[in-house]
Amino acid sequence: MSKLSRHEAMEKLVAESSTDQLFEKPLGQWRLALRRFRGRKSGMVGLFLIASLILVAVFAPLIAPYDPNEDLIGEQDVRRYQEPCIHLLGCDRDQPQHLMGIDGNVRDYFSRIVYGSRVSLQLGFFTVTLALVVGSAIGAVSGYLGGWFDNIVMRFMDVILGFPALLLAIAIVAVLGPGLRNALIAIAIVTLPGYARVMRAQVLAIKESDYVAASQALGASPMQILVRRVVPNAMTPLVVLATLGIATAILEAAGLSFLGLGAQPPLAEWGSMLADYRNQVFTAPHLVFYPGLAIMITVLGFNLMGDGLRDALDPTLNR
Amino acid sequence: MLSYLMRRVLLAIPVLIGIVLVVFLLLRAIPGDPCTAMLGERATEEACERFNEANGLDEPVIVQLGIYMKNVVTFDLGESVRFSRPVNQLLIERLPLTTELALTALAIAVLVGVPLGVLAARRHNTFVDTGTMALANIGVSMPVFWLGLMLAYVFALVLKDTPFALPPSGRLSAGLSSVPYYEAWGWQLTEGSFWSKFHEYIGNHYIFNNLITGNWEVFWDAVKHMILPAVALATIPLSIIARITRSALLEVMSKDYIRTARAKGVSEWSVVRSHAFRNALLPVVTIVGLQLGALLGGAVLTETVFNLGGVGRALFDAITGRDYAVVQGFTVVVAGVYVIVNLLVDLSYAYLDPRIRLE
Repeated sequence: MSKLSRHEAMEKLVAESSTDQLFEKPLGQWRLALRRFRGRKSGMVGLFLIASLILVAVFAPLIAPYDPNEDLIGEQDVRRYQEPCIHLLGCDRDQPQHLMGIDGNVRDYFSRIVYGSRVSLQLGFFTVTLALVVGSAIGAVSGYLGGWFDNIVMRFMDVILGFPALLLAIAIVAVLGPGLRNALIAIAIVTLPGYARVMRAQVLAIKESDYVAASQALGASPMQILVRRVVPNAMTPLVVLATLGIATAILEAAGLSFLGLGAQPPLAEWGSMLADYRNQVFTAPHLVFYPGLAIMITVLGFNLMGDGLRDALDPTLNR
Repeated sequence: MLSYLMRRVLLAIPVLIGIVLVVFLLLRAIPGDPCTAMLGERATEEACERFNEANGLDEPVIVQLGIYMKNVVTFDLGESVRFSRPVNQLLIERLPLTTELALTALAIAVLVGVPLGVLAARRHNTFVDTGTMALANIGVSMPVFWLGLMLAYVFALVLKDTPFALPPSGRLSAGLSSVPYYEAWGWQLTEGSFWSKFHEYIGNHYIFNNLITGNWEVFWDAVKHMILPAVALATIPLSIIARITRSALLEVMSKDYIRTARAKGVSEWSVVRSHAFRNALLPVVTIVGLQLGALLGGAVLTETVFNLGGVGRALFDAITGRDYAVVQGFTVVVAGVYVIVNLLVDLSYAYLDPRIRLE
């Protein structure tokens, strides 16, 4: 490399870079995070799994060959608990194709699994949205007000965390009555303290910062400060928590349905489908295998994406 | 140290009281009354009145709460409406199963999870690391009940006539029974006394009981029945422990004192074992403690899948059947265990990290 004076080097740099480049806005927090997220293989796998699942859920009527609640008896020569028949894998072409077999009510199991994705995804999203909104509202108010109010609310959160989550959810569903909506509420309640704690911690940290003091000096109301200053800063940990929370919610809801407290028949929900045929595991294992596999893939997708997001949004973790 | 200990114990008390209170109120909020749940929908009003009176359910709620609080403190947990037996007796019969299940699962989770995490951290960014973490990710995503059923299918049906066959349900094979150690050793216990109850409780831990009495056939049978449920229950905690161990160790290994130790010429094994591992233990211990709650919740599902009559299953039946006394008693015990474990975790911090002790 030839020796250049500092001045010459500077000139060269300016000449080589277009004005656009020089005045380009630095990448924002989210753009940077997106760039980092793309570099994470596991996060991308999670994103791919979830995107595929959402497509399956949206286009369920096009993907599922039958109606999930359609009784095939009399229409086709099939019997209850029939094993999967896949033409590509050597099943007789004269037979109607049933990728995941036939369930105990002579319904096409594949169609039920496909429609089940709608139930689980909606359940996951709604549960977490409820827990996120209520939890962070509680955390924000509690942290902002402080004092005895904060103390009582947070001790109450400790009590909720003092129970094994599934047991408390069972108890709440017992109070509200079995059903998918009540299972959703129960899971939202037991997961709520996590969001409240994170939000409160953020509020406590941000409350003391100079820019909040500046906003106050400019006459901003507490509500404005909370919405404009505190919430955006608390978003990062909450987004990560919520993504991982969807995974937990789907798993716990499946558990409640397995115990007969969640989805009720004939709704095609993976947990209750698994519960329906758990006594057939030795005679018709496919009826147990596929719903569980579907739950696992969905939960895995959200877990991977949550981990990827955490790595991407928290630069301090990047070593 | 003593003041630290005292503070932790005192902080646990309000949480425990809160839990008892929440359970009590939740139960009273359940629609329908225990009378119709127990005597059937067509129970007459007189029958219900007699039933409520016999079970103290005719008192105002606040009085019921007072009586209940007093009873909890004196370990009188009342009588199950459904089984017509004291809750204490049900606990003596059912808690040992869940304890053995949870402890076996926890042992598997720690003994497999920690070494896996260490391995992944030592082989950071290699195939071993990626593979282990992929497995751990799959492990945390599996529904316990599904894994349990699949394990049962594989080990009880597919591998039926091989040496790897394992029973899919129950605690012991038909025809076998566990003889409690006090009977085997011919001890004379006073019927109904505290010590006879205590020995009955201990004796109901089948694996432990037949280990100390040397009844190997029953011991081995009990262990075989425990393997599948424990493995199913252990999977999620195992995966979480492996992940935490890995990230904690990676964090510690990048510290300056590790570089110093290496520069001094300490062997790599020694660096990991005595410099890194102990410092990485703190988050691992926390997570192990936290997993206990998950284990107790998971026990409901595992006990359902494997037809085991433990606390988890009994609690579920009691909640859905509105068996007030059983729900209250069991929950207090479960929550109490949970709070005590968290306390022990806090105390182990003080042991592991002198900075906390001296605060």
